Amino acid sequence: MNRINQKLKEQKKLLSIYFTAGYPKLEDTVKIIEDLEKNGVDLVEIGLPFSDPLADGPTIQESSTIALENGMHTELLFKQLKDIRKSVSIPLIIMGYFNPVFQYGVEAFCKRSQEIGIDGLILPDLPLDVYQNEYEHIFKKYGLINVFLITPQTSDERIEQIDSASDGFIYMVSSASTTGAKEGFGEEQQEYFKRIASLKLANPQIVGFGISNTKTFNQATQSSKGAIIGSAFIKHLAKNGVDSISSFIKSIR
Amino acid sequence: MTYNADERGYYGEFGGAFIPEMLYPNTEELRQNYIRIMEEPSFKKEFDQLLKDYVGRPTPLYFAKRLSKKYNTKIYLKREDLCHTGAHKVNNTIGQILMAKKLGKNRIIAETGAGQHGVATATVCALMGIECVVYMGEIDIARQAPNVARMKMLGAEVRPALSGSRTLKDATNEAIRDWINNPVDTHYIIGSVVGPHPYPDMVARFQSIISEEIKWQLKEKEGRENPDYVVACVGGGSNAAGAYYHFLDNPDVGIVAVEAAGKGIDSGESAATSVLGKVGIIHGSKTLLMQTQDGQITEPYSISAGLDYPGVGPMHAHLFRSGRGEFISITDDEAMKAGLLISKLEGIIPAIESSHAFAILEHKAFNPEDIVVINLSGRGDKDLDTFIDYFKL
Repeated sequence: MNRINQKLKEQKKLLSIYFTAGYPKLEDTVKIIEDLEKNGVDLVEIGLPFSDPLADGPTIQESSTIALENGMHTELLFKQLKDIRKSVSIPLIIMGYFNPVFQYGVEAFCKRSQEIGIDGLILPDLPLDVYQNEYEHIFKKYGLINVFLITPQTSDERIEQIDSASDGFIYMVSSASTTGAKEGFGEEQQEYFKRIASLKLANPQIVGFGISNTKTFNQATQSSKGAIIGSAFIKHLAKNGVDSISSFIKSIR
Repeated sequence: MTYNADERGYYGEFGGAFIPEMLYPNTEELRQNYIRIMEEPSFKKEFDQLLKDYVGRPTPLYFAKRLSKKYNTKIYLKREDLCHTGAHKVNNTIGQILMAKKLGKNRIIAETGAGQHGVATATVCALMGIECVVYMGEIDIARQAPNVARMKMLGAEVRPALSGSRTLKDATNEAIRDWINNPVDTHYIIGSVVGPHPYPDMVARFQSIISEEIKWQLKEKEGRENPDYVVACVGGGSNAAGAYYHFLDNPDVGIVAVEAAGKGIDSGESAATSVLGKVGIIHGSKTLLMQTQDGQITEPYSISAGLDYPGVGPMHAHLFRSGRGEFISITDDEAMKAGLLISKLEGIIPAIESSHAFAILEHKAFNPEDIVVINLSGRGDKDLDTFIDYFKL
């Protein structure tokens, strides 16, 4: 069974962390993943930086720009992760935009991911219909889970389509926005969280976008399986460096 | 074979809608409604009326006598430079503002490079009394002060794009991010035949008035609807899409697309996407784009800000790949010289974008009896500083 599915069976709220590979320093990738696991993080999303990350707010944009300036690229990321399964056992997901994957070759990318021990991919700009028509069989062949996003604007009908196309979890975007920390979740979000919970989907949901502290983590996971923190973690790395990961995770739960 | 978009927005292998789920409801709403709305009699009536009384259409199809003599062929200029705001861009913004109203939107966003599309958008927003935010790269804001001032006079807010290379592609990213953050009340007026489906098709349809007029105007002047060649410059490609539109499926009409070679194809400073680009995804569309081996989008260069886009509309990628269109690259120097030549021979100062189209007359020989229509997409007023610097005028 895929590590993501195993993890989803655990009776706890999951904490997932996103970071941009190659940031703050080119060689930080492996250390960050190892430290996240040591500090009890359940799932890690490794960001493959892209020049034009149009679903991201300023924090992740900037980390991507710096990572690319540092020299990060697809083949290098795979090289850095080559032995990751010797030291890390939590599920690992690569998150990025479709063009770099497309240029690497979707099949070659999936094959390398499987060899390394990557469990899934999140490619926000690879739409459902294109995935199903052209790439689903490749993801399946290499045992990779493809994670789809839903937002407060996604219709129930489409959520059900996405649910039936998913075989891991659904990435539930907390509000109509790009990535980045918010003050907290208002009534509108709470309504949305409840609405999704009431749909009784086959796949558990993990909430992302706008989660930055214990309060927002608890709000987001009240009716979902877990939550993803990205921008707030990147800000923490920028300010405190890579040796401070445990203090960040302890501040969340 | 057709060279128009299919129902899913594909031109051959190019096009589609490669967008994050956050944009799905917005583009889906547009996709489900755009053709129906465009075919409504009330929409057509208002669109036609505004094109006539506000934009100043039909624009003339002018026989360029001295230019024809010089190149020993029959050259007609389609005078989009005479449109209100100085270029063809306004055909699209008029159409899209009416579309936005039909969809019940009360806020408009747009991206702009040199500022022409920003001005055309700010203009129609002023006309309709709708809030307007234009994203423009920080570097372009500094380079294009007069157009920034125009937009402000027209009541638009100009927001600097501070990310990435701080030019057109980043302004487009910022506009897309704004749309993600404002999915319900906002319509995004894209300025070219780029972006996710249905934008390339919708913008091409709004611009298709150009070739619609060419047909009847040529019939009046020459007794036939179809020229032998239609020539247009291509950045994203909206003026070209409009000029080709009604000739796309007629193989008797040669289609010539002119790209900006910048300082030369191999100089590292170029915007000739058909030569330098590879298939990939940019701004939600699968098309040819300039990128690194690793799939990072690179910054193009041209002396003309309107051709300075790292991709090309999916229609044009398909015209190139299928061989239906002939693609020619023109350097900065060739374009500038052509701009000066048209000024002196015909008394018309063309935009530097359009000057690229004229420069092919030095490269491609036509028969004396050929009818060649060149789309004069914009006027050169906005480029005076560049002409002054270049020719030390």
